[in-house]
Amino acid sequence: MKENDIDAEKTRRIDFVAVENSEQFRTLKKSHRSFVFPMAVFFLVWYFVYVLLAGWAPEFMAIRVWGDVTVGLLLGLGQFVTTFVITMVYVSFANRKLDPIAADIRSDLEKQEAGA
Amino acid sequence: MSEWLTSAGSTIVAAVTTVETNPVLNMSIFAAFVAVTMFIVIRASRNNKSAADYYAGGRSFTGPQNGFAISGDYLSAASFLGIVGAIAVNGYDGFLYSIGFLVAWLVALLLVAELMRNTGKFTMADVLSFRLKQTPVRMAAAITTLVVCFFYLLAQMAGAGGLVSLLMGIDGEIGQSIVIVVVGVIMVLYVLIGGMKGTTWVQIVKAFLLIGGALVMTIWVLAMHGFSINQLLEAAVAASDQGDKILGPGLKYANPVDFLSLGLALVLGTAGLPHVLMRFYTVPTAKEARRSVTWAIWLIGLFYLLSLVLGYGAGALVGPNQILEAPGGVNSAAPLLANALGGPILMGFISAVAFATILAVVAGLTITASASFAHDIYANVIKKGKVSGPGEVRVARITTLVVGALAIIGGIGVQGQNVAFLVALAFAVAASANLPTIIYSLFWRRFTTTGAVMSMYGGLAAAVILIVLSPVFSGGDTSVFPQLDIAVFPLENPGIVSIPLGFLLGFLGSLIGPKNEDPRKAAEMEVRALTGHGAEKAVDH
Repeated sequence: MKENDIDAEKTRRIDFVAVENSEQFRTLKKSHRSFVFPMAVFFLVWYFVYVLLAGWAPEFMAIRVWGDVTVGLLLGLGQFVTTFVITMVYVSFANRKLDPIAADIRSDLEKQEAGA
Repeated sequence: MSEWLTSAGSTIVAAVTTVETNPVLNMSIFAAFVAVTMFIVIRASRNNKSAADYYAGGRSFTGPQNGFAISGDYLSAASFLGIVGAIAVNGYDGFLYSIGFLVAWLVALLLVAELMRNTGKFTMADVLSFRLKQTPVRMAAAITTLVVCFFYLLAQMAGAGGLVSLLMGIDGEIGQSIVIVVVGVIMVLYVLIGGMKGTTWVQIVKAFLLIGGALVMTIWVLAMHGFSINQLLEAAVAASDQGDKILGPGLKYANPVDFLSLGLALVLGTAGLPHVLMRFYTVPTAKEARRSVTWAIWLIGLFYLLSLVLGYGAGALVGPNQILEAPGGVNSAAPLLANALGGPILMGFISAVAFATILAVVAGLTITASASFAHDIYANVIKKGKVSGPGEVRVARITTLVVGALAIIGGIGVQGQNVAFLVALAFAVAASANLPTIIYSLFWRRFTTTGAVMSMYGGLAAAVILIVLSPVFSGGDTSVFPQLDIAVFPLENPGIVSIPLGFLLGFLGSLIGPKNEDPRKAAEMEVRALTGHGAEKAVDH
């Protein structure tokens, strides 16, 4: 019924603390965190800089750069661009660097569960 | 977010119709949408058997399908009508609002989506209670889930009455109440018959129609201005009494601290919205969850870019004054623009899309609320997990009826009231009560049950109390209770106080409370979260 539950007995065969301390898992965790944390800090800071500028420097945001296109419009579109770029960079990073290690560990664990 | 929506509700009663609406045409297009989606829902429901089918669509959706469904779940009528209208009338500030809604998805993509998919089954509470004490944490998570869903649902229902009445030319309290009942009944039918699978297909169809319609109108608007952004902006400036002020910020959000508070709630709230989180469980693997969010980001981003053009286009082609005078005020910008471009048929189509939008969002909220009650409160807290899948689904179906009834009664009750604050409040609660616990339990090993419970109840209480003490609730002309004056908190959005408080309480609670969590459980959660062990293989069986 609950298809996501692992059989309790099978799970007991796996020493998750040992898996967690394994070289391979530590590498996976480290590369995951050293990518997502700095990226998260970056986009949040950049978003709040934008919000603060809009709130406290409206004259600056209203400066025309090209015809009727203002600084504010360009910075706003810049938020879209960074969001799209970060998305693409993360997806390619996760596909190349994270997924192979995760798949390796997963198949190891499945073997352990099968009692091999 | 729904202030534009609810202003439709309040203005319609006294409204003077300045535009030719064609109720028969609009109503036939709505009826066709309901008929088509109902057919899809019934077909989709044929294989619904297990709890995973009912709550998670059998985890059978692909990343792109789920990406469309997420956009359909997320882009409410307020996004479509509200943001287009806000840009048409106030220019830049409407655009500013949409950016928070988009950037928020990076929090979901980088920090939440895949790890949640790997460690939960059906609900947010599954993840939060994984390594902490089941009963208190699950209960707290279920309560914040229900509160967020209910606030959001109420705001959508109140808006639906006003909006659909406007588009179909039904005036008066009774007419609006009938519309709310119809919306409620269709929503309950979608969820009861189709479960998550049916709901997902309604959201997919809606996202196609919404983004497709916006795309056609955008190309049309651009073509009329020689495909030049400058020419479009110039026309919008010429049509506005505010002149070139619409090109910069400041027309809508007078108080920057308030906007910062709102921005905080928007960007951190999205990844804590339970109906969004639940969508991650409809795909088979973390990789598909990642693809879902990627698709959602492209679709939502595209949509907000289109609404920028549509907003200035409506300003240029219809004019802010005519929009404000129309029944529904700012909300009518998109339908009026459609009318200016393609006449009554396009307007009828766009109106039907707005209606579809409401239905898809309320159906998503209803299934989330019913899953949370049945799976978290009934099956795991009351019955301590000793309940069969079919038993749990039966409770979920009964809950759906109760949620539907509450939404209808509540929607009729708040008719004509300014309930705009409810959506902002839903985001603030999601960011203050849900997100801290999600982030801590995924990334901070020393997080404890005490921390989780304090953060969730504390964040929830802070957000709700501050809203009650704010000017949106009492003391002003546009307040819910204008006669009363207990507004001691100066901001309209509680986020800037309640979100840091939620994080702080989670931190302090973990330091002071007992530390009796099982380290093996924590190790298991971490291994599962990052590798997908257990969650990925499962679907092959």
